[in-house]
Amino acid sequence: MSDYQWPDPATRPLLGKMISRVDGPIKSSGRAKYTYDYNPAGLLAGKILRCPHAHARISSIDTSAAEKMAGVKAVQIIQKPGAEIFWAGDEVVAVAAVDEPTAEDAIRAIKIEYEVLPHFVSDAEPPKNIAATSGPISRDDFEDMEDNQVPDEQVIAAIKQNGISFHPDEKYLKDAQESGVDPKVVEGLRTAKYSEAPPMSRSPYKKTAAQTQGEPDKAFTAAATVSEGLYGASCITHCCLETHGMASEWPSGNDPAASPGTSLLVHCSTQNLSGIAPQVAEPLGIPAGSIQVMQQYVGGGFGSKFSPDRWGIASAQLSKSAGGKPVKIMLERDAEQEVAGMRPSAFARVKIAADKNGKLVAWESRSWGTGGIGGGGTPPLPYIFEIPNQRKQNIAIATNQGSARAWRAPNHPQAAVITMGAIEDLAAKMNIDPLDFITRNLELAGPRASIYRDELPIAAELMGWKQNWHPRGDKSAGPVKRGLGLSLHTWGGRGHNSDCDLTIHPDGSVEIKMATQDLGTGARTIIIIVAADALGIPMEDVKLLIGDSRYPVSGGSGGSTTSGGVTSSTRRAAVDARNQLFAKVAPALKAQPEELEALNATVRVKSDPSRSLSWKDACAKLGAMPMTVRGKNPDKSKPPDLTNSGVGGVQMADVSVDTETGIVRVNKMVAVQDCGLVVDVKTAESQVMGALIMGISYALYEEKILDPVTGRMLNPNMEFYRLAGIADIGELKVHMMTGKGYDERGVIGLAEPPVVSPGAAISNAVANAIGVRVPFLPLSPARVLEALEGNAP
Amino acid sequence: MKDDDAPKAEQHSGLTRRDFMKISGVGVAVPLLVGPTVVQAAGEDVAVFGPGKAPIALMVNGKKLTAELEPRVTLLDALRDNFNLTGAKRVCDRGTCGACTVLLDGKPVYACSVLAIDAQGKKITTIESLADGDSMTPVMQAFVDHDAQQCGFCTPGFVVATTHFLQQNANPTADDIRRGLSGNFCRCGTYDGIRAVALAGKTGGVS
Repeated sequence: MSDYQWPDPATRPLLGKMISRVDGPIKSSGRAKYTYDYNPAGLLAGKILRCPHAHARISSIDTSAAEKMAGVKAVQIIQKPGAEIFWAGDEVVAVAAVDEPTAEDAIRAIKIEYEVLPHFVSDAEPPKNIAATSGPISRDDFEDMEDNQVPDEQVIAAIKQNGISFHPDEKYLKDAQESGVDPKVVEGLRTAKYSEAPPMSRSPYKKTAAQTQGEPDKAFTAAATVSEGLYGASCITHCCLETHGMASEWPSGNDPAASPGTSLLVHCSTQNLSGIAPQVAEPLGIPAGSIQVMQQYVGGGFGSKFSPDRWGIASAQLSKSAGGKPVKIMLERDAEQEVAGMRPSAFARVKIAADKNGKLVAWESRSWGTGGIGGGGTPPLPYIFEIPNQRKQNIAIATNQGSARAWRAPNHPQAAVITMGAIEDLAAKMNIDPLDFITRNLELAGPRASIYRDELPIAAELMGWKQNWHPRGDKSAGPVKRGLGLSLHTWGGRGHNSDCDLTIHPDGSVEIKMATQDLGTGARTIIIIVAADALGIPMEDVKLLIGDSRYPVSGGSGGSTTSGGVTSSTRRAAVDARNQLFAKVAPALKAQPEELEALNATVRVKSDPSRSLSWKDACAKLGAMPMTVRGKNPDKSKPPDLTNSGVGGVQMADVSVDTETGIVRVNKMVAVQDCGLVVDVKTAESQVMGALIMGISYALYEEKILDPVTGRMLNPNMEFYRLAGIADIGELKVHMMTGKGYDERGVIGLAEPPVVSPGAAISNAVANAIGVRVPFLPLSPARVLEALEGNAP
Repeated sequence: MKDDDAPKAEQHSGLTRRDFMKISGVGVAVPLLVGPTVVQAAGEDVAVFGPGKAPIALMVNGKKLTAELEPRVTLLDALRDNFNLTGAKRVCDRGTCGACTVLLDGKPVYACSVLAIDAQGKKITTIESLADGDSMTPVMQAFVDHDAQQCGFCTPGFVVATTHFLQQNANPTADDIRRGLSGNFCRCGTYDGIRAVALAGKTGGVS
């Protein structure tokens, strides 16, 4: 058994340094080719006709005029007459034509009649008296709970109590376990009693049973201070700069015999390269093995690009109808904003209490929110702090808009805004500095408490918290008020399954193949760092091939699982390959294989470095044939060794609020973040920096606004769906936790955690500045002024 | 074109009735050029293109490129779809985000908001021609050094904008940067790196 463990700091030529991303030059020179840029000869432009109504039934479709138009090559009906449409912008018909203008004209020539049905798009506070839903748990409910990291005991209890309305077969159970579902939960599913799902309830509100822990009523009565408040965050979109889309072609036309291997070639903008073919195969009725999926670069995903989606399937169908010619469908910006991904809203009325020493004793929350037609996410409340006495209830609101998609750290940013806001308000009521208040309560912060204990003083130092914090309400003269706020966050992030093939050629060249993707997180860079570090060769000498489904299967990039996954399998492959090479080289160096090391592009005897061979000469000992080693991560049922789960982070914000205009400006933000062993400090810092900026953006500007009259999104563009710009970000300071206590935890992903806290920290800073709580994100000027005037909801 | 009262010129040119009303003194259509219909407006001959395809010639990166394009095609789409110059990206497609930034006679413009037909006779410079072959300009190299990119989709637009910005502001202040580079959006959040690139311009590290 090889010793895979990460090397000591003293023997890490590349790990943990500041290294520029390897695909930086190709990106900054504009040469990187994205799916949107795929432009083969004979490419046809695909377009989608979308339903303009938020709820309707298709009465008739007439595509005859479009089909007759010159330049139109294929028309595909996606939803037939009779189909019920549940959100505006849903796909109805797709066309392919010689160019985009022709495709647009063809879309306009299609006549569709709808029976318009009543819609509901409000996520305002539900009425007081709604019956709790107690029906069986659907597959969607179950997967939603898993995605949202509902504690295993809670999931098991719910399955036992309510039964399930689906039949999980053995394959489903096996897949679930492999994807990380706890074996006890899988067993719960296996033994659950089945019952028929009740007919769709006409109420948009789906209420969970109240969950109670401890004795909340008694605790509230006995508490020294009780604080009540309203908190939350509106729906936002993913707003990927490269819109969703796919290009499909059947290289051998409609003759399968003429297509050895690949019948269908797709280029897909995705964060799930290895997972696309199975999803395309089923609707097209072809074997997944005959589909090749490619993608070198992707212009953002943030959780919204795991599926080929209906437009992707349509591109393959259109291509087939058009004799196999390539058809590319990239969403227009308005469709991207309206249907291709949103983060659920979450709001809550919270009651929170502490004893006279400022120790949290009780929590009560009534939360609600929408995640589109499927209901909503359930924010994990209270966040971070295991308050001993609690009662909570959540109401998911089904609205006529496309279903939510995972948005970086699903449900955590909302939970942070609600919980950290309530804690800050309670601390203010008790005249305690929130930094002090949180520190006093860290024993409730679970397994990450010691991490927060390390991080809080560092963050306070970087922010100048002690010098600059003031009690609630900036008492200085003038209309611009300044304040500080903070928040904590956590996330899992254990590495996913990620196979790779590492080949050492007799001429010394090394290549790695892995069907993963780099969303701009630095995945390419860290894979190469890990391999080069283990083999003792320069990074330039490792060739990395990703972005092709023909390479070994690697997991989707979701839930911060990629960094841990790709680095641990690469490390395993590199260590195994190195050891096999040592065995071939040892006789020439008159040593035992275990006495050798690979460093500075040589293979040498550890105790006598003068006995060495250059890397090239060492590899020549392989003989005529290259050597390929498969890197494979251990099964999820085994404890991880090179990766880990559960990070902690602290963020602080310094804001100025103009009380005359309601405009909030971020002066400075500080992020102190743990992610175990940092493989590349440079790209890790960029990831945290980027999360702070994305956080400022959703805290202050972003909101998916739905028109109650038409049910349509009012701002499906980028001028009224506003992102933060370079002028909006203030000073940003990032500190990565490294060294003892952190490195030995192994590699943990970083995509979700740092994006959780910015909204909460900024919201708290605004409350500290102006002396009142602005309940909901985004903290728009209108909402700030409402709160100042005492008119907040 | 169903307007019975429209003159012949309109039937050929595809002018709508409202367009027609704006043009005074429409006279006899005499084709002066190959392709467009010509109408007389305000006493002058005016070439009217479309709605069909018209021959279009663009001077891109020092080369004359030609294509048959409908007048509604934007410069961005012509560059990307017809000439395979895909460095400029289509993101918002309505002049907000700057991902499609190119230089038109040396000035940065949103290529999604310029019609290809209107860009004729102007010098168009895209990111592809800023550096020779596989080489890197100092600005591009600074984007790498300061890690001013993540997914990279906004990056070419930012590189073009920053290159022009530093030509105009060799010694930029933080305020100059806030103003001068606020015409481009990034979703991953790379502004801190871009700010560092622009500030490095101040010390002569980038030009």
